[in-house]
Amino acid sequence: MIRTHSYWLLFCAVFNKDLKLAFRQRSEIINPILFFLIVISLFPLAIGPEPGLLARMAPGIIWVAALLSTMLGLDKLFRDDFNDGSLEQLMVTPYPLSLTVFAKVAAHWVVTGLPLVLMTPLFALLLNLESNALLATLFTLLLGTPLLSFIGAIGAGLTVGLQKGGILMSLLVLPLYIPVLIFATSAIDTSAMSLDYSGQLAILGAMLAIAIISAPIAISSALKVSVS
Amino acid sequence: MWKWLHPYAKAERAYQLCNTLLPYFTVVCVATMIIGWIWGLAYAPADYQQKDSYRIIFIHVPSAILSMGAYSSMAIAAIVALVWQIRNAELAVIAIAPVGACITAIALITGAAWGKPMWGAWWVWDARLTSELILLFLYLGVLSLYHAFEDKKAAGRAASILAIVGVINLPIIHYSVEWWNTLHQGATITKLDTKAIDPSMFWPLMVNIVAFAAFVGVVTLIRLKNEILQREKHRPWVRQLLTQE
Amino acid sequence: MQLAGANGAGKTSLLRIIAGFSVPDEGEVLYQQQAISQVYEEYTSDLLFIGHKTGVNTQLSAIENTHFWLQASGYKKPTDLYPLLAKLGLIGLEDVPVRTLSAGQQRRVALLRLWLNEAKLWILDEPFTALDKSGVAYLQDRFKQHLSQGGAILLTTHQDLTAQFNDLKTFTLEYRY
Repeated sequence: MIRTHSYWLLFCAVFNKDLKLAFRQRSEIINPILFFLIVISLFPLAIGPEPGLLARMAPGIIWVAALLSTMLGLDKLFRDDFNDGSLEQLMVTPYPLSLTVFAKVAAHWVVTGLPLVLMTPLFALLLNLESNALLATLFTLLLGTPLLSFIGAIGAGLTVGLQKGGILMSLLVLPLYIPVLIFATSAIDTSAMSLDYSGQLAILGAMLAIAIISAPIAISSALKVSVS
Repeated sequence: MWKWLHPYAKAERAYQLCNTLLPYFTVVCVATMIIGWIWGLAYAPADYQQKDSYRIIFIHVPSAILSMGAYSSMAIAAIVALVWQIRNAELAVIAIAPVGACITAIALITGAAWGKPMWGAWWVWDARLTSELILLFLYLGVLSLYHAFEDKKAAGRAASILAIVGVINLPIIHYSVEWWNTLHQGATITKLDTKAIDPSMFWPLMVNIVAFAAFVGVVTLIRLKNEILQREKHRPWVRQLLTQE
Repeated sequence: MQLAGANGAGKTSLLRIIAGFSVPDEGEVLYQQQAISQVYEEYTSDLLFIGHKTGVNTQLSAIENTHFWLQASGYKKPTDLYPLLAKLGLIGLEDVPVRTLSAGQQRRVALLRLWLNEAKLWILDEPFTALDKSGVAYLQDRFKQHLSQGGAILLTTHQDLTAQFNDLKTFTLEYRY
């Protein structure tokens, strides 16, 4: 048995394990999407189905629904690993915990964020978005949902040791989501007026870059507190 | 470079430091508060547009400034706590958090009370009020996270991490809200243009800001003393202290 | 070295401090004359920890669990796990999710790691829990082998060790306050 230290191997191991688990319990993938769809279809029922009004509200509706549906999967992100002791095992490996965390967050995004991005055309259809705004929605979800996963994982890491961490986690995380919400919806709004929205996308991209670098550190120190 | 901090890592020394600082803060707080309130509320001239209702700025503005200030000092304490593993700094985080939350609530309430005569509504989604509201959420997040943990050692560290995450996000939130506001309202009603303020109003405002800062300091020091005593209640020096008094 | 003491005396807490999960109120843990927080990567390369919670995911099979652990600890996949599985009586059960196994079998899945690592220091919290007699015997054989190769074992147990260990030290913790 030769010991090889390869960050890539560790990333693959953690990422594959989480994906495997998610695909074994398919409800974990399907439920957030269903939740998203149901929330979106509640709005036309609540505010009336006029196409103009819906198109005006669509960015807000899509993004609030996206925030809420990412929250669903977040609570489980570290909970199973915490309960069965895998988290402790991952901490006594010679690898930095932030890399493990990065792989887990990436897997979480593939399971909850990516499906939302892929289903954007369907939401656009339901909410009467035009093609310009559809493209903007696609881009903002593509940049924004990984950001949601990274920020949310900080809250998940902080609350994983608590019995009823779920609601507390949303209280901690949702205020931190506000900038994402503001820039993403404004990008879609701007695109609906056929204006240039690359500025908002650039800001989202910058925030994502900062989150990719700094969030894993925060998440791993949060997990260390929870495990201690 | 940071060696001078290390003696205060010991709970007893930190407690003594609190005791030494407390009288100074108390004196400054009482003096400036009396001067500032009488000056601001009675002697400063009335505004030609807003009449006497503008006088609420002598409470609103200091509390708004201090709400941000308290959050940053909480975050600094949190960074000290995590980087140098100094547990008293964690206690400082917890000592500041409720004080900051109260100050933020005062800023929100006075802001709403001021908004009523000015805008004709208790709540307007003005950029500053909105950021204050989000700031309150961040404070409450730190507090509820701390109280959710049974192990207070872990609670202090978790709250410190959240405070740091919050302070990194705070400027982003602040500017995004400001930007959002200009986007949706066009001409924002600015409450206070600091350049245009008359010296006869500016100086009492300054005195009041100092008064609020000293007040936050006093309450935080008292709370910090309590936290230290509670955490160290099994240690001999605390027993000795309590039997003396 | 065996840690003894009544329930609640602090055995697990001490093990967790030594493994570096918790920070002690006073004092520090040294590894090769350096604090473990300073040399955590080297320390963890020489450390195998199996705690109360074994780190076995109950939805994955025994093989998947072991492969994941090997990869996450930086070991290459061994060519053949089956002789080892057979030795621990897990043959025929290697493909089913671990949650369908009995408590003792689940423990055995976790203990597979003892045969698959090169760590010098083993920290084991109640390794004999739920094991039957033959399992306990196998485990103690493995302990002897590890010790003869120059390794060290730190464990807590309420059972007496049945095998004879030459330099066994027992350290008893007492509850204070």
